[in-house]
Formats: sequence, C-alpha cells, structure tokens
Amino acid sequence: MNRGRAVFLVRLALLVGAVVVLEVLCRNGVIDSLAILPPSEMFDAMIERVGSGDLNEGMAQTFSTIGIAFVLALALGTLAGAVLHRVPRLRAVLDPLLASYYSVPTFIFYPLLVAIFALGKTPLVILGMMSATPAVVISTLSGLDGVPPVLLKLARSQRLGRLRTLCWIVLPQALPRLFSGFKLALSYALIGVIAGEFLLSGTGLGYAISFAYQSFDNRAMYGAMLFVLLIAVTANGLLYGWEARLSRRRSRQ
Amino acid sequence: MRGVVRHYAGPPLVHALGPIDLELARGAFFAVVGPSGCGKSTLMDVLCGLAKPTSGSVRFEGKELHGEVPDGIGVVFQEDSSLAWLSVRQNIAFGLRLSWLPKREVQDRVEHAIGFMGLSQFAGHYPAQLSGGMRQRVCIARTLVLRPRLILLDEPFGALDQQTRLLMGDELLRLWRETGATVLLITHALDEAAMLSDRVGVMSARPGRFIDVVETGWPRDRDSRVVSDPHFGELTARLWSSLRPESMKTLGRVA
Repeated sequence: MNRGRAVFLVRLALLVGAVVVLEVLCRNGVIDSLAILPPSEMFDAMIERVGSGDLNEGMAQTFSTIGIAFVLALALGTLAGAVLHRVPRLRAVLDPLLASYYSVPTFIFYPLLVAIFALGKTPLVILGMMSATPAVVISTLSGLDGVPPVLLKLARSQRLGRLRTLCWIVLPQALPRLFSGFKLALSYALIGVIAGEFLLSGTGLGYAISFAYQSFDNRAMYGAMLFVLLIAVTANGLLYGWEARLSRRRSRQ
Repeated sequence: MRGVVRHYAGPPLVHALGPIDLELARGAFFAVVGPSGCGKSTLMDVLCGLAKPTSGSVRFEGKELHGEVPDGIGVVFQEDSSLAWLSVRQNIAFGLRLSWLPKREVQDRVEHAIGFMGLSQFAGHYPAQLSGGMRQRVCIARTLVLRPRLILLDEPFGALDQQTRLLMGDELLRLWRETGATVLLITHALDEAAMLSDRVGVMSARPGRFIDVVETGWPRDRDSRVVSDPHFGELTARLWSSLRPESMKTLGRVA
C-alpha cells in the first residue's frame, strides 16, 4: 500500500470513528437528542427531505445562485488578477487590501445589498461573488508570477503570438495555482450564498435550515444541514481529485 | 553582427554589450566565453532577435533582424524550459505546433529527435520524472525538430555535472555534424569551449566585447576524447590567459 492510500484510509477511519462516537453518545443519552440528533437519524431525515421533494425548490435556488456567483467570480477575479499583474503600481496599492480582505466579514454588507437590490437572487449573487472573487484574484496573481521568464522567452523564440502564448504557455503553467483559487472560490461562494439565505431570504437551502431552526424542527434542520455538508464536501472532493490529477504529472513520482 | 551595442535603460543606464562585430560562417561551431555578467546572454538575445540592439545591426542569411526571432534560428536556454504539463514526446512536438507540415512528417521528425537524443525509453514520461540532463536533452530535441540552420545555446549544460557535460558535448557535436547547422554556444566552461568549437570568442568584462578569437584547429569528426590531446591544454591555457584579467576586473581586483 502506498503512503497516499494509507493516509486516505486513516483519514476515513478517523471520520467514521467520530461519527460512530457521536452516534453512541447520542443513543446513550450522554448528548441530549434535543440538542444533537444521532447521525443515523440525521441521515434518515436528509433522505426523507430530499426524497419528498421538499428541498427541490431550495436546491434549485441555492445551486443556481452559487453557480452564477462562482462563474462571475472566476471571470471577474481572473480579469482583475491579469490587470493587476500587468500594472505593478496598481498592484502595489491594492496588494495589502487583498491580503487583508478575508479579515473583513463580508456578510455585514448583506443588509446594505438587500436595501439596494431588494430581497432576491441579486444580493445573494453579489454576496457570493464578494466572498469568492479575491481568492481568484490572489491565485491568478500567484499563477502569473509563477510563470518562469524563460518560458516567455521560449514562446518568443518559437514565434508564438500573444494569444498562443497565453493558451499554450501561460495558462497551462499557471493552472495548478489558478485551480487552488477556483477551489477556494467555490467554497467561499457556497458559504456566502448559504449564509446570506440563512440571514435574510425567502428561499434556498440556507433559508430551509433557518426556517426549521426557528420552528424547533430539529429533524428537518439536521437533515438539511447534512445535505448541505455532503454537497460541499463532494464538490470540494471532486475539485481536489482533479487538482491532484493535474499536479501528479508535474511532481516527481 | 555589425557594430552592435546594447544598453539597458536606467537609471542608471547600463552599457551591457559592445561594440561587437561578429560573422559566423554557415556550418561553423563558434563558442563564446567570458566572465560572469559580461553580457553573454545579452549577446545571444540580440543575436537571435529576442532583444533589439541599441545601435548596430544583426543580419541572418542577409536579412536584418527587428526584435523577432526569424525562421531558421533555434534557441536552447540555460534554464530548464521544458513544459511540465506535457510528456517528453509532446514537449518535443511543441516546436512544430505552428508548422504546416503534414502529420506524418511531424511524427517522423519527433520520433527521430527522440531517438537521436536517446530519449526513446522516456517518450511518455513527464519532465518532473527526468534528470536535469535529460530535461535539457528534451529542450535540445524540441529545437532540433525545427531543423534550424542556426542553433544558439546559452550555457545549456550549466546545471549538469562534469561527466554528463562531456557526454552532452559529444551529443552536441554529433548533432552539429549530422544537421550541418551553424552552432553558437555560450558557456562559462573553458574546457567545453575548447573541446567543442572551431573558434572561441573571448569576451571582456562588461561592456562585453571580443578581446580574442581563438581557432581550435580540431577536425570536424572530433569528440570529447580531444581532452587528452596536448593541444587541448594549450588552448585552455590561452583562453584562460585572455580571460583572467577580465575575470579579475569582474571581481573588482587588479590583474
């Protein structure tokens, strides 16, 4: 068994162990079931809610909002990163702001966004974008910084034009770092949108969790929470797998 | 090259090179040695069209260069310029992506270059799986498939150990003989220059100019075994006696 596989199995064992411990503690009454449901019941509740179609509208709303926020963050962040890379003076001004961006809780702007755009998809998309875009800007800058000058010389010596240099040299070289930013951006967009729905919204998975919480419906709340958790972990896992495949070629085996 | 001078804009303004006059005959092997920072790489950039001279002119096959690398010139850089996301075969074929050659011809050239550079067993490998010497061979092969008439190499073996450098030198000589290309090799290693080339140009400390040009007198079918010839020692000694005062200047010492 190679090291990577062993690490994966130990990680899986830890996770399964934690779930089993929580199940036992809940079943034995050590943890009050009014506070936390046993994981098996959470799972049942999730299957029930998803199977009943109860969450369909919320899923469509949340996933489409996350999708739009993510795509816009990628476009805007990549463009902004490329511009900052080309204009070092502007970068020198904005670098400290970018570095400290995540110390600002962007949720505080959500009421302002609702006041400007009214309750609906738009303020949620903007909140998701605000959360995700800086990660893409930072990773784009890091990716472009990481292109060795010799590769740009190679492009010129091979008489590649600007577009071909971008597509054949710069993007493939920068891809692993860009990808790290995309991965983070998806997580931040998901957090931003669901948190926004949780705070103030009439639809979506965040709203479904919030509604169940305010109705003291623990079963419905934990079912929706587990569903969101599994979606987040699966999306991240897929991107992680893809990223690992990309980087495998570039590292010594 | 006629009266080539290259400045780098400041402040302070840096006079990096020249004036330099250099003529390379078709099929010749010319090496350039010089102290660190004397402008060897600038010379190569200007010579291949990657950089424009501040004054003077560079002509290749009768046509003046204007800041672009013309068809027929192949460049191998000092740093590893293999593309990490492509396999060895794809790296070598990369140079032909822009060509209008038939697919069959592209495949033939790539396979020939793979075999010529001794990379047959590694054609499906990625650069990260290769040693530094093999990666540099990939970069040379990538230039080779273009069938350049002038090959410029900027310290291509700089990062390799001495034994590998000697063997890579043999491969370079074989390549030179079999392709009939003109080769300009920039190196900091006097023995490499003395062993490989027909003529060696010795550059001064910055701003780099040629202070001596040494004819080696080796036959065309030479290889690294010339190092055991007594003439090799004489050549290396002459190169060093020309270069020593310039290297001392670079170090800030009086010769």
